[in-house]
Amino acid sequence: MARSLTLRAWIVSTALLLVFIGIWQIGTLPKTGSGATAYADPEYAALMGGASTQSAGLPTPAAVGQTFVQMLSNPFYDNGPNDKGIGIQLGWSLARVLAGFFLAALVAVPLGFVIGMSPLMYKALNPYIQLLKPISPLAWMPLALYTIKDAGTSSIFVIFICSIWPMMINTAHGVASVKKDWLNVARTLEVNPLKTAFLVILPAAAPTILTGMRISMGIAWLVIVAAEMLVGGTGIGYFVWNEWNNLNLSNVIFAILMIGAVGMLLDMIFGWLTRFVTYQE
Amino acid sequence: MTQPFLKVEGLKKIFPGLGGAAPVTVFDHIHFGIEKGDFACIIGHSGCGKSTILNVLAGLDEASDGVVLMDGREVAGPSLDRGVVFQSHALMPWLTVSENVGFAVKSRWPEWSREQVREHARKYIEMVGLGHAMDKKPHQLSGGMKQRVGIARAFSIEPKMLLMDEPFGALDALTRGVIQDELVKICAATQQTVFMITHDVDEAILLADKILLMSNGPQAKIAEIVENTLPRPRSRVEMHHNPNFYALRNHLVDFLVSRSKKIAEGELPKDYSPEHPPIIRPMAKAA
Repeated sequence: MARSLTLRAWIVSTALLLVFIGIWQIGTLPKTGSGATAYADPEYAALMGGASTQSAGLPTPAAVGQTFVQMLSNPFYDNGPNDKGIGIQLGWSLARVLAGFFLAALVAVPLGFVIGMSPLMYKALNPYIQLLKPISPLAWMPLALYTIKDAGTSSIFVIFICSIWPMMINTAHGVASVKKDWLNVARTLEVNPLKTAFLVILPAAAPTILTGMRISMGIAWLVIVAAEMLVGGTGIGYFVWNEWNNLNLSNVIFAILMIGAVGMLLDMIFGWLTRFVTYQE
Repeated sequence: MTQPFLKVEGLKKIFPGLGGAAPVTVFDHIHFGIEKGDFACIIGHSGCGKSTILNVLAGLDEASDGVVLMDGREVAGPSLDRGVVFQSHALMPWLTVSENVGFAVKSRWPEWSREQVREHARKYIEMVGLGHAMDKKPHQLSGGMKQRVGIARAFSIEPKMLLMDEPFGALDALTRGVIQDELVKICAATQQTVFMITHDVDEAILLADKILLMSNGPQAKIAEIVENTLPRPRSRVEMHHNPNFYALRNHLVDFLVSRSKKIAEGELPKDYSPEHPPIIRPMAKAA
């Protein structure tokens, strides 16, 4: 039964994809004669050149498919600042996300521990966290650019500032809700506080901490695209914006799907890591 | 006069009133002693502060007044000298049975090798009959098995005294009986000194040499100390044939049903002194 459910799900998924591609195909069929009238302003049409009106429309599935093959067959080419393979662009974005994310983890997890263990620190730091948490990470960009004076490092900072909150809050919550009984066991066994933190509190809170990291990573991957659109230079966000300026929608669609694929992969990695720390009560 | 192994003197606990309410004195003037090798049970209604007394003995809670002396030294904070069996087993779910017990063993003997720790843990896990479940996680065990692991963990550090907070409270009657029998055997073999909280009169008669009866709170007291008039070894199957069994049982039930409340209302014997609660030995009336 389970097997047939998987099979049926696959069939439905494939059917949905075919329907979607079909609608796409019909929607982007070249309309003979109507191409020139697509532009309301004839002067603008002339400026664009008569032939380019066709290519400026949404690309057909076949054209996007061709882009996929082309881009994926040579992902690491580098023909100067405005023409790099998708692998290089994604690599830049991933490097920034990972750098910002790990820096954030380095700060958020220990700080979350302190907040979770000390009601005083919780009360003292809570107002700041509540104030800083809802700020869109991109709002920090001007301040980062001004103080850091480097576009790449600024986007890392933006990732850092957006990843830190879910990790810190989840760590604090996980640490604070460790069962009192487990702590009492450690106390009656005269286990010192540092050992208790590593041997009791950390494994007890690990699933919650990892969930926080997973949320952070998801947000970081959302934010990097916007950040790179702003600062430019390299990265998948810049690539999307650059291809938009080139009016190459086929590449834009390809990049969008790549962003989704990498995001899904990152989430899957965290899902897989969670399995190692999850315990059943 | 020699000092008992464990001596509790003038214990008092005041809980701060919540939301501006007046503070509550849960118990006051608690005096009792336990000899080495004794199995003592404390019985009383909920809210009389039994768990607080146990936590003070364990060093997990602090009394508002009074002292606890064990082996002539004051109890200040938790210690490996006193093993605790928690009501809710308190096993760490991410560790296997052997790792849970090993965690305690390693704390007691930090210099031991991994093999030594495992062997020592195995000895105690086998003692509670769970040798086959060494590498299982707690969620794979039944409630009774989990509590056995908790008992094995407490015994494994070879404490001078074992403290048990209603260890069988959450178990069904059948499982409870089996583990009680095991505990009787283990305690007889190890000569362990035990202080245990229970609600169950039959459990107290089976296990305890001394039964402390606590009156209702607030300002609960040790109303009397009942000495078990059934000789050791006692067994669940046979003890109710002993002529003293019903005298003892009726005495305890009477206390819980009516006297504990009356005492709380002030109905105490004239010569009652909290420093020396009366010692009672209920016996069958000679026919």
